[in-house]
Amino acid sequence: MVTADEVWEALAEIPDPEIPVISLVDLGVVKDVSVEDGAVRIDFTPTFMGCPALDAMRVAMESKIAELGGRADIRVRLDDSWSTDDITAEGREKLRTAGLAPPTPRPAARIELVHLQRGFRCPYCGSTSTRLENLFGPTPCRSIRYCDDCRQPFEQFKTI
Amino acid sequence: MSERTDLLLSLADDELILGWRNSEWTGIAPFLEEDVAFSSIAQNEIGHARALYELAAVELGTTADALAFDRGPDEYRSAPLVQLRRLEWARTIARHWLYETADEVRLASLKASDDSELAGLAAKIDREEAYHRMHAEMWIDRLLATDEGRSRLDEAVTELWPYALGVLDDGLRPEFRAHAEERLGRTLPDVEAVPRGVHEAELAELWEEMTSVRRSAPAGSQW
Repeated sequence: MVTADEVWEALAEIPDPEIPVISLVDLGVVKDVSVEDGAVRIDFTPTFMGCPALDAMRVAMESKIAELGGRADIRVRLDDSWSTDDITAEGREKLRTAGLAPPTPRPAARIELVHLQRGFRCPYCGSTSTRLENLFGPTPCRSIRYCDDCRQPFEQFKTI
Repeated sequence: MSERTDLLLSLADDELILGWRNSEWTGIAPFLEEDVAFSSIAQNEIGHARALYELAAVELGTTADALAFDRGPDEYRSAPLVQLRRLEWARTIARHWLYETADEVRLASLKASDDSELAGLAAKIDREEAYHRMHAEMWIDRLLATDEGRSRLDEAVTELWPYALGVLDDGLRPEFRAHAEERLGRTLPDVEAVPRGVHEAELAELWEEMTSVRRSAPAGSQW
């Protein structure tokens, strides 16, 4: 009989379909796992709602649980329970090494443009002389920044 | 149909139709950054529509796709503001800012709702909309900074104002007006709103295109 720990381990092997350096567990989208009579209940929160990777994540979780001999019951939580603050420390480091600057902590009040202007570190050279180029990027979760020191544009995981 | 489902469909239809309109800039926006921005905003809005349709689909015993694509053009509840066809750039920015400003007022009221499912979803949507608002506000700063920008923005906002009022129920309009007037530093005309339920001719054209693939697919196709 599959155990919850085995499920967590298996889910930690599933890469994010769009940012494969990071796993679903690193991303913090798996909120809870419970096992009862071979039924594996996974509480899952989408990241960005228009993210096309969400369906792929769901399919990957179902087939992983099937490999373990369980039956996946995936419950999607459509509420505010996922934040980029849920990305693990290990996940953040993996993003950085892949050239994607990790998100900054979610501000206590609402996010404002001023929070995004400064203080971001270039994932290539470590400089903080970087500026916002575009709030939007190639996927819903990314903004585009530019490093004035190494003159490299880079992607920034949006804080939400 | 319950009042709740009716509300969910209104919200979802606004996001789907505006998402579609925003996506019309993909590949042809005046510069690359805006091409990326409008495409990304479109993707978010359509994602929000999907989640809202999914909630409505539970009560109606159907699916999000069926609600999005299998209804006739007259059945959409979207506000006429979002139905208007791709407008020139100043009007595109004016519509974007007016919609996002109105939507902020609407989301704030939904977040305070006793319906925890709806309040939770509104809170999640609002996290993403914050980026749309920042984007729209950057444009307002830019346009207000020059005489030509201000005059083109003023003209576009005045033209779209009756449509913008129609996004919200009566009770939320005064707050929206106050926000908009404060930001623009001028009063906005006292006009009748173009209400939800009016179908601009452009919606039928959009519907033809939006649903063409699904309508042309053989029965029983899996998506």
